[in-house]
Amino acid sequence: MGRFFLQRLLTAVPILLMVSLITFGLIHMVPGDPSAALGGLSATPAELAQLRHDLGLDRSLWVQLWLYYAGLLHGDLGRSILLGQGVAQATVQRLPVTLSLSLYALVITLLLGLATGIVGALRQNTLADQAVMMFAMFGISVPSFWLALLMIILFAVKLGWLPTGGYVPFTESPLGWLRTATMPAISLALLQVGLLARITRSTMLETLRQDFIRTARAKGLPGRMVVGKHALANALIPITTVVGIVITLLVSGSVVTETVFSIPGIGQLLTSAILNRDYPLVQGGLLIMTALLVLVNIGIDLCYALLDPRVRYDAR
Amino acid sequence: MPGEAAVLDAAPVRGRSPAAETLGRLLHHRLFVSGLVLFGVILAAAVLAPVIAPADPTRIAMRQKFLPPGAGHLFGTDNLGRSLWSRVIWGAQLSVLMGLAVVGLNAVFGTAVGALAGYYRRLDNVLMRINDALMAFPAILLAIGITAVLGPSTGDVILALAIVYIPRTARIVRSSVIVVREMEYVQAARACGAGDWRILRRHILPNSMAPLIVQLSFLFAYAVLTEATLSFLGLGAVPPTPTWGNIMAEGRQYMVEAPWIIAIPGVALMVTVLGLNMLGDGLRDVLDPRLRVQQ
Amino acid sequence: MTLLEVRNVTTAFATGQGEIRAVEDVSFSLDAGEFLGIVGESGSGKSVTALTVMGLLPRPPARVAAGAVLFAGQDLVALPEARLRTVRGPGIAMVFQEPMTSLNPVFTIGEQVIETLRVHERLSPRAQRARAVEMLQKVGIPSPERRLSDYPHQLSGGQRQRVMLAIALACRPRLLIADEPTTALDVTIQAQILDLLMDLRDELGMAILMITHNMGVIAETADRVLVMYAGRVVESAPVDRLFERPAHPYTRGLLDCVPSLAADRPRLVAIPGLQPDPAHRPPGCPYAPRCPIAIAECSRAVPPLDPVAPGHAAACIRADRAA
Repeated sequence: MGRFFLQRLLTAVPILLMVSLITFGLIHMVPGDPSAALGGLSATPAELAQLRHDLGLDRSLWVQLWLYYAGLLHGDLGRSILLGQGVAQATVQRLPVTLSLSLYALVITLLLGLATGIVGALRQNTLADQAVMMFAMFGISVPSFWLALLMIILFAVKLGWLPTGGYVPFTESPLGWLRTATMPAISLALLQVGLLARITRSTMLETLRQDFIRTARAKGLPGRMVVGKHALANALIPITTVVGIVITLLVSGSVVTETVFSIPGIGQLLTSAILNRDYPLVQGGLLIMTALLVLVNIGIDLCYALLDPRVRYDAR
Repeated sequence: MPGEAAVLDAAPVRGRSPAAETLGRLLHHRLFVSGLVLFGVILAAAVLAPVIAPADPTRIAMRQKFLPPGAGHLFGTDNLGRSLWSRVIWGAQLSVLMGLAVVGLNAVFGTAVGALAGYYRRLDNVLMRINDALMAFPAILLAIGITAVLGPSTGDVILALAIVYIPRTARIVRSSVIVVREMEYVQAARACGAGDWRILRRHILPNSMAPLIVQLSFLFAYAVLTEATLSFLGLGAVPPTPTWGNIMAEGRQYMVEAPWIIAIPGVALMVTVLGLNMLGDGLRDVLDPRLRVQQ
Repeated sequence: MTLLEVRNVTTAFATGQGEIRAVEDVSFSLDAGEFLGIVGESGSGKSVTALTVMGLLPRPPARVAAGAVLFAGQDLVALPEARLRTVRGPGIAMVFQEPMTSLNPVFTIGEQVIETLRVHERLSPRAQRARAVEMLQKVGIPSPERRLSDYPHQLSGGQRQRVMLAIALACRPRLLIADEPTTALDVTIQAQILDLLMDLRDELGMAILMITHNMGVIAETADRVLVMYAGRVVESAPVDRLFERPAHPYTRGLLDCVPSLAADRPRLVAIPGLQPDPAHRPPGCPYAPRCPIAIAECSRAVPPLDPVAPGHAAACIRADRAA
C-alpha cells in the first residue's frame, strides 16, 4: 500500500514539471510586450522599464526559467501586480473559501448523483428511470452561471430567502455560511450530479449483470444487501474515477460561480487577475489549482486501491 | 429527415450499405432524433440569421430600451434598446461557427497527434507526456489562462479551446488506433508490403472513426458552453459583437427589471448543448455500443 | 421421500419478437439424498430449469407461465421473494459454471462464506468463523484458517469452485443444484470436484441436482438421469438403464457422441443438424427434423413422456421399436 502510494506520487513528478513549464510559457504567449499590455497607454518608458524589470522580462529566457524554478522551490510564485502581495500568499489565503464551497458541492453531487443513478439502474426502463435520465441530461446541459443567475432572481430577489451573494466563513457562523454557500453549491453541483448519475446508472446496470450478483442472490441475501453491498462495492471502483473528474470540474467551475455570487475565493481572484492582466497572479493561481488537483487525483488512485483488492495486491 | 428514411426504406432489394444501415438506426433512435431537432433549430437560426434577423444587433435605440418580449420585438430589447431577437440569432451564428472551428481543429490535429502516438511507439511516449500535462490542467482554467494572455477575441478563444481539447481528442484516437493496429487485417496489409502512411490512412483511421465522431459531438457541446462561459466572464468576443455569454453578462445588472435579457440567451445556450449531448448519446449508442450509457 | 417435485413447469421469456418458451411442460421429482443428473445440449433448457427452481431468473423478461415447483411441500413459484430468500441457502443452494466470475472480487473468501451464515443462522461470530473453516476444510481447501482473509483473485479456478461449494454448503442445504460445476475446469480438477460432490452428498445427506452436457460425468455420478431437448424432458431413467437401453433416439445420439474405449463401438458420431430455434419450434416432436427414425406421424403432435419400463420413461412414439 505504501509502495503503491509512492509509485503514484512519483508519476506525478514529471506531470507537475510539465505543468509548471507550460504555466511559465504562458506569459511568453502574450503578443508583443507583456509589460506594454500591462502598463497601458499612459505608461512612460521609465515606468515600462521598471515593470519589465519587476516581471523579470529584461533577462534572458534561461535566467527567467532558473529564477522561476528557484522561486517555486521556495514557495515563491512572484508578486501580484494588482494586490502588491505575494501570489502564493494571496492564493492560499483564499483557498479555504473555494475548498469549502467545492466540498459542499461535492457532498451534494455524491448524494444526489449516486442516489439517482442507483434508482435509475434498479428501475431500468421505468418512468422513474426515464425521469432520472432526463434530469441527468438537463444537468449536464444547463450552463451553471445561468442557473446561478436564475436562482438569484428567484430565491434572493423574488422570494428573499437567501442573500444574492457574499460569503460568511463557516468558522464565523455556520448558519451564515449555509445561507451564503447553498445557492452557489447547488448551481455548481448540478452539472456534476448529471454526470455522476449517468455513470452510476450505467455502471450499476453493468455490475448487476455480473455472475457474482447471481451468487449473492442464490445465497438468499436480501435485496438491499445484494445491491447495497455486493453491487455497490464493485460499481464504486469505476465511479471513483469519475469522482476524480467531478472534483476537477467542481474546483474549476468555482471560478465562474464565485464571480456570479461575489464570493472571495480563488476563482474570483483569478477572474479579477485576468481582467486586470495581472499575469503573475494568473500564472500562480493556475499552477496552484492544477497542482492541487494532481494531488487530488493521487488521492483518488489511493481510494481505488482501497476499494479494489486486485489493485492493492498487484502493487505489492 | 423523414424523406431520407423513406428513401432508405424504399431500397431494400439491393441490400443496404453499412452507412445507410447506420443512418437508418440513428433515425430510429429517439434521443438522437430529439437532439437533431433541437440542434437543427439553432443551426437553422445561425444559417438564416441575415434573413430572419435583418435588424442590426448592435443598433442602439434608447427610446425602446427594456421592452419586454412581445409583438414588436419578439424577444424584447435590452438596456440600450437593441433587439434581443437579432442579438440572440447572431449570437447563435457566432456560437455555431466557433464550435465548428474548435471541432474542425480537433478533428485535424487531435486525429494527427492521436494517430501518430498510437502508431509510432517511439513518438507515443513524448506526445503522451505533453498530453498528460495539458490534461492535468482543468479545462476551463487553462482556457481562461490562455485567453487571458492572448487577449479577448473570437480567434483567441477558438485557439484556446483547441489547445485545451486537442489532448483529450488525441487520447481517444490514440487508444482506438492502438487497438486497430494489432488487428489481423492490419498485420496482413503490413505483410503485403503496404507503407505506414497507406496503412494509417486506408486501414487504421477509418476503423478508429466511431469514438472520434462521438467525442466530437460532445466536444461541440463543451466548446459552445465554454465559449459562453468565457464571454460571460468578459474573456470572449468584445462587445458590441453579440455572444450569448456577453449578452447575459450585460443583462446581469438589469436582471430584476428585465430578466428576459438573461433568460432568452440562456435557453438558447441550453437548447444547443442539450441537443448536442443528445446527438452524442445517440451516436455513441449506435456507433460505439461498448461505451453505451443507456441500455 | 420426495424432496423436490417439479410439476408441468413452463418458463417463458419476453423478447422483441414475442414470448419464447425456454422450458416447456417439464416435470420431474427428486428424493432426499438422491443424485439426479440433467443432460442436454446448450439451449435445451437445463439451466433455465435450475434457475426456475431457485427463482433466480430476472422477472421480467422471464416468467413461470405454468406449473409448480414443490420443495418440501411448498410451492416456490407462488412464494413471495422474501420467503423464497429463506429457502435459498438452507433449503436449496447452488453452484455455477463460472468459478472465475461467480465470486465477488472485492470481498474476502471468509466474508463470502460467513455472510450466508449471518443471514440465515443465529451464530456467534466465533461459531460463524469456525463453521466457515470447517466448510473450507470439507471442500478440500488447504490451511483454511489462512485462506479466510484471501481474495478470490489469489486462488486458482479449481480452488474458487471449491470455495463456491463451501459457500453453498455453509447452511447445510437439503438440495444442492450444480450447474455445469466442472465445465470450466481442467480434466484432473474436474474429477476431484466430482468426487468431492459425491463424498459430500454421502456425508451431509443432501440431494444433488447436477446439470451437464457431459454424458461421461453423468455416468460416474448420477443415480438417475433426465435428458432434455428443446425445452422438454425427452427421457428419464436410472443411470445404468439409460446407458444400457436408451429409449429415445436423441439419447442414443448423445451416447454415440461419447468417445469410448470399447472396441465394438464405432468411432465418434455427431448428431447431424441443430436444435430448433425456440421461436419456431416444429409442431410435433421437436427432435423429428434430426431424428434418423422419424415417421410422418412424429410431426403431428408432441409425444407425451410415457413409461417404457418401470422407472423409465421416454417421449417418443417409436420408443418401443427404438429400444
